[in-house]
Amino acid sequence: MIMAKAKPIEEIVDEIKDFKRILIAGCNGCVTVCEAGGMKEVEVLASALRMYFKKTGQDMEIGEISLTRQCDKEYIKELRDGIGKYDAVVSLACGAGVQFLAEMYETKPILPGVDTCFIGVTEEPGVWTERCAACGECMLASTGGICPIARCSKRMANGPCGGSSDGKCEVNKEIACGWQLIYDRLKVLGQLDRFEKPVSPKNWKTSRDGGPRKIIREVSRQ
Amino acid sequence: MSTTTPSKLQKILAAGHFGVTTECGPPRSCDGGVVEEKAKHVAGHVDAINVTDNQTAVVRMCSLASCIRLRIMGLEPVLQMVTRDRNRIGLQSDLLGAASFGINNVLCLTGDHQSFGDHPEAANVFDLDSTQLIQTVKLMRDDAKLLSGAELKTCPQMFIGAAENPFADPFDVRVSRLAKKVAAGAQFIQTQCIYNLDKFKKWMQGIVDRGLHEKVHILAGFTPMKGVGMAKYMKNRVPGMDVPDDIIKRLQGVPKEKQPDEGINICIEHIQELKEVKGVAGFHIMAIEWEEKVPEIVERAGLYPRPKVD
Repeated sequence: MIMAKAKPIEEIVDEIKDFKRILIAGCNGCVTVCEAGGMKEVEVLASALRMYFKKTGQDMEIGEISLTRQCDKEYIKELRDGIGKYDAVVSLACGAGVQFLAEMYETKPILPGVDTCFIGVTEEPGVWTERCAACGECMLASTGGICPIARCSKRMANGPCGGSSDGKCEVNKEIACGWQLIYDRLKVLGQLDRFEKPVSPKNWKTSRDGGPRKIIREVSRQ
Repeated sequence: MSTTTPSKLQKILAAGHFGVTTECGPPRSCDGGVVEEKAKHVAGHVDAINVTDNQTAVVRMCSLASCIRLRIMGLEPVLQMVTRDRNRIGLQSDLLGAASFGINNVLCLTGDHQSFGDHPEAANVFDLDSTQLIQTVKLMRDDAKLLSGAELKTCPQMFIGAAENPFADPFDVRVSRLAKKVAAGAQFIQTQCIYNLDKFKKWMQGIVDRGLHEKVHILAGFTPMKGVGMAKYMKNRVPGMDVPDDIIKRLQGVPKEKQPDEGINICIEHIQELKEVKGVAGFHIMAIEWEEKVPEIVERAGLYPRPKVD
């Protein structure tokens, strides 16, 4: 799941203050799960902005909508008839949604209302943590199902480093050492022999190969 | 433009002389003699020698060590730095090291993407881009600070350079892009190789119209063609290169063994033509693995002897 968090309201105010009619567009996908950008957050942000502009005496009309997803053209099209009434859109989708809206409505300013953070999980209600760096060449089979790229601060493939203590990362005592987790899990799995096998330099072409990455599934294109 | 550093290149340009620079690519080995041999060919004919930094993303002897070798030979190096391979910690550290050896010129570059080089599976860094590297060097030099805000007791005295390609698309943005680098602190510019003189002049006019030539020294870049094969390769395979068909036709018009000489002739004619163009402050001759031809080009282009400055 893609995780995001709300932008400070001052930042959003600063981006929209020169307009008169703003649409707040939520996304009912990932950002709803992490409580950053669904219909509920659209309503909260719209109310907060209305209060702000009422206080400052600025005339600002604010519309509300939340789409099923902003990463699919089919759902983005739903804005086609109504978007003309607005000067700009604040999208509460992840960065992909913001860009896809901007691609489809190219003359309309589309502004981000959230900061997109990472691919992660709901660890407990109200706590979301990173699990995947989307590097494109998954090595979880050899690391006990725990990713050293996403979970080691140094992205070490042969960790742990010398800074780990009491199972915590040297960067922050709140962060579990990814390699401690890997080691513990390999032990449970009876696979400690995997740990002793040096991992060769990683092929980063699938992560930093230049320009946006792409997946094509021919069978789905018919 | 006044002189702000001990750089000889800066003094020559500030005095209003045409500056002449060239470049040496270090070897794909640890044989430091290669750099020294290349430098000996060009030493008396140029004001400064650029040393490339893993150009085309191929691993080579490092630019910093090669520049130190030139410095020990009593020559003036231009340290090329790309931001692809090192983050801001590594870059600033190398700048301090370079300055400690009296290296006073730096060319700030982003660098070719690693997918073009010999280690396409490498993770790139790109912590900074070329413009941000310019800002960083200027901050270290003028404000005696690192990017972190930490103070430097001794500042690197760098004459700050940047590259510009007048032929990349979109053409309209190229002057603005240069203006941005100048605003960041670039003091000299070495351009991409020029073969399309008309387009270069159009770009240069844009520079002059905005008065940028009074803020930055522009050194026009040249790479002599060794033959038709190279010209076609540059035209078709090297991104951002503009090789007009008349260059290829002219090279095709002479026997194969005469083509290198014709390539040199074209280069010299072009330099002479650009000497007359307002805003051109000098020439950067990138004779890739053909350094021995640089003296002939410099002499025949009327750029020899090189001026002496204190």
